[in-house]
Order: sequence, then C-alpha cells, then structure tokens
Amino acid sequence: MRKVTTKKEIRITTPLTDKVIKTLKTGDKVLISGIVYTARDAAHKRLVSAIKDREKLPFNLKGQIIYFTGPTPAPPDKAIGSAGPTTSSRMDAFSPILIKKGLKGMIGKGPRGKEVVDAIKKYKAVYFAAVGGAAALLSKGIKKSEVIAYEDLGTEAIRMLEIEDFPVIVVNDMYGNDLYTDGLRKYSKEEL
Amino acid sequence: MKEIHFNDIADRIAQMCIDAACNLDDDILSALDRAIEIEKSLLGLEVLKQLKENAKIAKDEALPVCQDTGMSLFFVELGEDVRIMGGLLNDAINEGVRQGYKKGYLRKSIVNDPLKRRNTQDNTPAIIHTELVAGNNLKINFKIVGAGCENMSKIKMLKPTDGTKSIKSFVIDTVKEGGINACPPLIIGIGLGGNFEMCAILAKKSLMRPIGQPNKKMEIASLEEDILKDINKLGIGPAGFGGKVTALAVHIETYPCHIASLPVAVNLNCHASRKKVMVF
Repeated sequence: MRKVTTKKEIRITTPLTDKVIKTLKTGDKVLISGIVYTARDAAHKRLVSAIKDREKLPFNLKGQIIYFTGPTPAPPDKAIGSAGPTTSSRMDAFSPILIKKGLKGMIGKGPRGKEVVDAIKKYKAVYFAAVGGAAALLSKGIKKSEVIAYEDLGTEAIRMLEIEDFPVIVVNDMYGNDLYTDGLRKYSKEEL
Repeated sequence: MKEIHFNDIADRIAQMCIDAACNLDDDILSALDRAIEIEKSLLGLEVLKQLKENAKIAKDEALPVCQDTGMSLFFVELGEDVRIMGGLLNDAINEGVRQGYKKGYLRKSIVNDPLKRRNTQDNTPAIIHTELVAGNNLKINFKIVGAGCENMSKIKMLKPTDGTKSIKSFVIDTVKEGGINACPPLIIGIGLGGNFEMCAILAKKSLMRPIGQPNKKMEIASLEEDILKDINKLGIGPAGFGGKVTALAVHIETYPCHIASLPVAVNLNCHASRKKVMVF
C-alpha cells in the first residue's frame, strides 16, 4: 500500500510488494508501518548459514524488511529502548543472499556495496536510511518488540517490531539510483 | 593526603555513564543550532532538526541519545596526594560502569575476546588511561565511544617532509571514505606527532575538548579552521544525504616527535560526542 501525504511523505505498510517498490524513488521521505525484523552482524551470519544448510529460517523473508539495529534494553514503561540504525556495509556480504530469498527492504545507514545494489535492482528491493544518531526519536515509532530468534545474542537477537510511521529516506531504489552519490554531486564544492 | 573511597568513585561513575548517554552537552546543542542556520539542503536540515528533537526526547525521557552506548573510555588524572580507599581505582571505575549500564538501561556492547566474542553482559572492561599529576585532586574524564564512527578512524605514518598538505589530504580522504558511516555532522579529532600509539591518544583527547574551544597554539588553531572549511566543501552533509554541514568541528592535539616521523591519527566522532568530566 502506498499513500502520498500532504507533507510529501509517502506512507507504506509491510509486507512490501513489487507494485509499491516500483513507486519508491531515491530521496523519497517514507513513513513505514507494520512488521519489520531486526538483525545485525551476528544474526545475519546465522541466517545465511541456515540458508546454506537448508534449515528453516526463524521468519519468512518474503516481502519483509530487516532493520539493522541493536536496541538498548527497554526501560519498564517502554516497548523498546533507543533503536537507531547501525552501519549497513557490515551486512553487505549477507544481504544479497537474503534478497534472493525474498527480502524486499533494509533499513540502516551508510552506503552499500555493488553486490547489494545489483541485488536490489535484480530482485526489485529497496534500501532505506534512518538518521544515524536519532535513536531516541526513532524508538517512538516502535510500538511493540518481541525477540523471536537467537535470544542468546542479546541486543543482536532477531526481534519482530511493530512500527508506526517510522521515518526513513530511500537511498537505493530499484532503478539503480543512490542518494549518497546524488547528494555529493549536488553539494560538493571540492576543487578537482 | 586526600582519601577517596572506592564506593564513592563507583557511584559517581555509574551516574556519569547514564548522564553522558542521555544528555548531550550544551556545546553540541549550540553547534547543531549553528548548523541549522547555515545548512541549505532540505534533507540535511530535516536531519539536523531530527537530531535536536532526538536530544530533547533523550533528555526528557532518560533514553540514550544513540543505541550504541559504546565502549567506556576514561582519561584519569590522579593527584600524587590522593589515596583510594577500599580497593583499586580501576576496579572502582569498572564497578561504576557495571552499575551505570545496568541501572540506566544502556546497551552492553563489549565482548570478552576479539575472536571468541562472548558479550561480557555489563559493558566492562572499560579502557582507562591514567596520568599521575601534582596535587590532591582526582579528575575523571569519561567518553562513550560508539563503534560506527570509531570503525572509520585511521592512522598514517607520514614522512617528516610531507607537511600540512599531506596531513590535510589524509584527513579529507578519511572523511570521504568513511564519513557517511560515521553519522555526520562529524566532530573530527586529529592527533599530530608523538609516535604510533601516541597520535591515536592525542586524537581521542582532542575530542574531549568542547566545540568552540580551539587549540591554544595559533598555527594549530588556524589549521583546525582550514581543515574544517575543506571538509565542509565535500558536500556529504548531515547523515550523508548531501549538504553544507559535514563536520561541526575539527580538533587537533600535537606532541613532539622523532626526526624521521610524522604520525597522524584521524578519529571520527558522530554528532553525539558523549563526554563528561568530574573532579573529586
């Protein structure tokens, strides 16, 4: 589902379909609602080795979004602690394998490697950035959090999050555009 | 001789950990305000406003500014006329970290071994650098060191004849290569001189200085200004989405060095420079 709001923000809900992904363009401000899953370094390693060993995954990747985050512990009165994005490039070796298996979106920060960008184009996926360092603000968009796998990993466990109007920006769209290179082109005053 | 008790140190360190994680210093907030005034990119402006709003939420609700509540770093200045009662200073500091990270619901991000990688569950051990100084004060400088920006930091041993041009280009290249991952707008700490490990410590120490307080040496202060201008020409902008404000400040610390060496360390810091000081 895709809806343009008055503030030129696009509201989407998970799971993502090709139809929605086709409408998302680099630089779009997007508010995501629905279910997303958290995973970072250690969880990615386990997910990918489970795929290689043909084991059942803790959740069905089809149409889903993975948020690269390791939240702080939830205080007693909150669904989750602070939960901002971690550096995505550390997941570059794993993401193409997950995208091939049906993953449609990723939320993180920082540029992705060529293999990820190619997989995003080939399998029609999208890479969003949340603002690094805005972890307290971002936690406000998370309504529920439940550990669903790899509990022994602590903050790195896989959590199922219920999010509402979670603010992100499209970095890599399925057309091969990249917000980071666009931004540099527009604002660089470096003498070449 | 001043006597300071183990438990007093541990209690105050615990409080300092929580305070640093949740409350950004005024120098950072003012620097963000100045950045909002000069940023031209709409996305960049939105990022800066989010960071200000984030700081307010963090403070009001006692939530960490960033989920990466880091490795705990201490620069300790121990007066010669101070005696720690009831235990060792390093143990007191680690006990404070243990208590603070638990009580403040801060993330425990330390693994016991670089290869075995089992989480120690209490964010210890801290990294502690202690210097013996004159007098009867115990001054403890604390910094939360997150990995996102730390991972993008670099050291290079330049040739002594290279001079400022090579220093500048090494700093610029470091920012170009890893700056987006380090959560801009950045604060850039540079260590110049000393030797291999000393220049890294200098770079880190320079980040303990509040924004708006240039190096005391005129020529170094003007180098700080020059490099900041160059970095802000890169166009990386807030969160790397493009814009004028890639860095809020450049800090340099120097130390004498060998005739054959010019060591340079570049320590990138995100906007959330979480540092506190206390004196006993």
